[in-house]
Amino acid sequence: MIEFTIWDILRNLLLATRWTIVLSLVSFIGGGIVGLVLLFLRVSKRQWSRSLAKYYIELFQGTPLLMQLFIAFFGLGLFGIDVPAWLAAGLALIFWSAAFLGEIWRGCVEAIAKGQWEAAASLGMGRLQQMRYVILPQAMKIAVPPTVGFSVQVIKGTALTSIIGFVELSKAGTVVTNATFQPFTVYGLVALIYFALCWPLSWSSQILERKLNVAHRNY
Amino acid sequence: MSLIEITEVRKSYGENEVLKGINLDVEPGEVIAIIGKSGSGKSTLLRCINGLETISKGSISVAGAQLHDDEVHLKALRLKIGMIFQQFNLFPHLTVGGNVMLSQMVVKKTAKPEAEKMARRMLERVGLEQKFDAYPDELSGGQQQRVAIARALAMQPMALLCDEITSALDPELVAEVLAVVRELAAEGMTLLMVTHEMKFARDVCSRVVFMYQGRVHEIGRPEDVFANPQTPELKQFLGLH
Ligand SMILES: Nc1ncnc2c1ncn2[C@@H]1O[C@H](COP(=O)(O)OP(=O)(O)OP(=O)(O)O)[C@@H](O)[C@H]1O
Ligand SMILES: [Mg+2]
Repeated sequence: MIEFTIWDILRNLLLATRWTIVLSLVSFIGGGIVGLVLLFLRVSKRQWSRSLAKYYIELFQGTPLLMQLFIAFFGLGLFGIDVPAWLAAGLALIFWSAAFLGEIWRGCVEAIAKGQWEAAASLGMGRLQQMRYVILPQAMKIAVPPTVGFSVQVIKGTALTSIIGFVELSKAGTVVTNATFQPFTVYGLVALIYFALCWPLSWSSQILERKLNVAHRNY
Repeated sequence: MSLIEITEVRKSYGENEVLKGINLDVEPGEVIAIIGKSGSGKSTLLRCINGLETISKGSISVAGAQLHDDEVHLKALRLKIGMIFQQFNLFPHLTVGGNVMLSQMVVKKTAKPEAEKMARRMLERVGLEQKFDAYPDELSGGQQQRVAIARALAMQPMALLCDEITSALDPELVAEVLAVVRELAAEGMTLLMVTHEMKFARDVCSRVVFMYQGRVHEIGRPEDVFANPQTPELKQFLGLH
């Protein structure tokens, strides 16, 4: 039987961590873009666009991410579309993140006083200009801490994609365990790596939030 | 032709009819004070005039153009009419100068140097040219409201709507804002102002509108309205002041 050193285990796990990071970034950035679209639909004056975004968000927040992964992976397969694991994982996480980011950002936009919209409108700005020049600059400031905080959820969310066979950190953990029969060491290291990824983010989210509360200008 | 023509305007929120057929024509250069009890529909009327609320019935036209509820028409309307709010509503993320320049650049596509020149001129007009680089939260309420006036003036409107613009101010700051408004009136700006400053209304306004339960209950020159109220409601209202 081959002996595995801690270093062997760690090296394999770190190699897989790359994919956790790539998938997290793709999900977060893609989710951010779709989330921004959702935000605009959600705060629009048009009823149908608000409802559309609302149902989207309720659907994706109201079902487990795991089910969304299964549907992206197996569901599309039923229609003869062959979806590779990485694509299903990426798409499911993007649409899932978008729902949460869209909702977080809507809260931030709604925290801006109605008088700001009205002042901008009374100066002749159109709806998009009001958003672009007056509301978003203020909303973005308060959106930073919860957005950074949510990125932690995205990283943890990528662990689920191991179930459809995408090889990231968790999946690598399982594979390495099967080869080494050292589950405690392996999963301990896996947990440590997740912690090293997530902790700086949640920490900075808290710092940012505290800073924001101190530097509270008059809104 | 009147500058603002308000004809049989009605406005309801659900079952609650807040404006019940308002008729009012405003001539260029007129200064009109709107007075009345809380809930009589004063703010709603002003907000209807610049399209912040959509009217349920009737018509409003400004400089001959009908008010329509689409973005193109609303924008054209709001270029003619400025509004000042009770809570100032300055943009807190921009400097004073930025506040006055933003809509010129975004709405009128004025080049930055011209917008800045205009902003400095308007700030000078309200006596705040030295605050160009300050942020709104570094100013007193009275100064913030004067910036809000400069911001509206920079769009060169034909008329200004003022909704209780001194009500959120400490008493000692009211005078500086009213002085600016008084000057605007003297320069011939058309003003429609909801106010509780009866003395100011008497001194400066060409007409006073008394609103009662969503209607124009009495209207006339200030010396008549204040000295010789016709209805018991106005008598009672003036007795309170
Ligand atoms: N957005 C709204 N939705 C529902 N009802 C409203 C809304 N805005 C105003 N109202 C109602 O319309 C009526 C008139 O309100 P308005 O603000 O015009 O009164 P006002 O004369 O300006 O009073 P105040 O002196 O207190 O400012 C009130 O009964 C108010 O409750
Ligand atoms: Mg009011």
